[in-house]
Amino acid sequence: MAKVKGAVVVDKEGCKGCSLCVEACPHDVLALHKEVNSKGYHYSYMENPDACIGCANCGVVCPDTCITIYRVKAS
Amino acid sequence: MELNVVTKPEEIMDIKEIIKPENLVYQKSEVLNDDVMHYCPGCSHGVVHKILAELIEEMGLQEKTVGVAPVGCAVFAYNYIDIDWQEAAHGRAPAVATGIVRVNPDNFVFTYQGDGDLASIGAGEIMHACNRGENILVIFINNGIYGMTGGQMAPTTLEGMVTATTPFGRNVDLNGYPMKITNLIAQLPGTSYVTRQAVHTAATVRKCKRSLKKAIQNVLDKKGTSFVEVVSTCNSGWKMSPVEANNWMEENMIPYYPLGDLKDSVKGEHSDN
Repeated sequence: MAKVKGAVVVDKEGCKGCSLCVEACPHDVLALHKEVNSKGYHYSYMENPDACIGCANCGVVCPDTCITIYRVKAS
Repeated sequence: MELNVVTKPEEIMDIKEIIKPENLVYQKSEVLNDDVMHYCPGCSHGVVHKILAELIEEMGLQEKTVGVAPVGCAVFAYNYIDIDWQEAAHGRAPAVATGIVRVNPDNFVFTYQGDGDLASIGAGEIMHACNRGENILVIFINNGIYGMTGGQMAPTTLEGMVTATTPFGRNVDLNGYPMKITNLIAQLPGTSYVTRQAVHTAATVRKCKRSLKKAIQNVLDKKGTSFVEVVSTCNSGWKMSPVEANNWMEENMIPYYPLGDLKDSVKGEHSDN
């Protein structure tokens, strides 16, 4: 098990589905959702939440600043 | 197929335990407004706006910062970054910024310009503002085309690059060569810090943020003009997806516009290159 564990919260309505965060994620946590938001974009979500280490790469590259990141040290 | 964010009950507990204010590591800067940006999905402008807002917040400059917006997609920057803004005529942002900083020398003044704005229409203004060594920060977004007006050729368009006005690719015999204006700026004695950065990966975004911080500090220390070029993408203008545009930029733009510091000195000193 990873030593740190992270969680990503995506603002569904702010996401434009550019998928830069999906590319930036080193652990393949994020993916674009099959469903769309009210603007018609396939928003980003945590497909594989167990793998997240809270590195914040997705938040750093997000052009619309719709990603908030949390991290804890796993026991 | 289950498509919820979390799939198992124990994971629900786990995620909820992580999402607490004390575990926060990254969130939107308070200097950014809540307006959804009008930029296309994946646009580099959003990333540069974000790191600029983060730096303004971190350095406590929100009350003394004046931005000068260009003509281009970033003309609406005042909707997104909660500071004082002034709009300038196309290419004239350095001249307007000169006026602001000379009247209010304690303000932190920056211009935010694209390549059509800075390298073509405003080439004279930027040269002379940098030559005078005005205490301003110039942020230069270089995506190789006029993005807002529909992807026409700009001075920085690469050789052979297809744009709306060069449908068979830029022909250097007809259209001239791609202009490395940042290298020209670095020759001017009025500039103190001239650098070229990019924002296509997390590592380059963090590096760009460090460079911007240094540039802002130089302006606050009144060392002369600081100039930060950001090699960017315009995926709509390039007719690519955001990820393809980033890859194309890395393969084609960055070899011609190599990243790194071009000049790091004080006003009055000549560059080595």
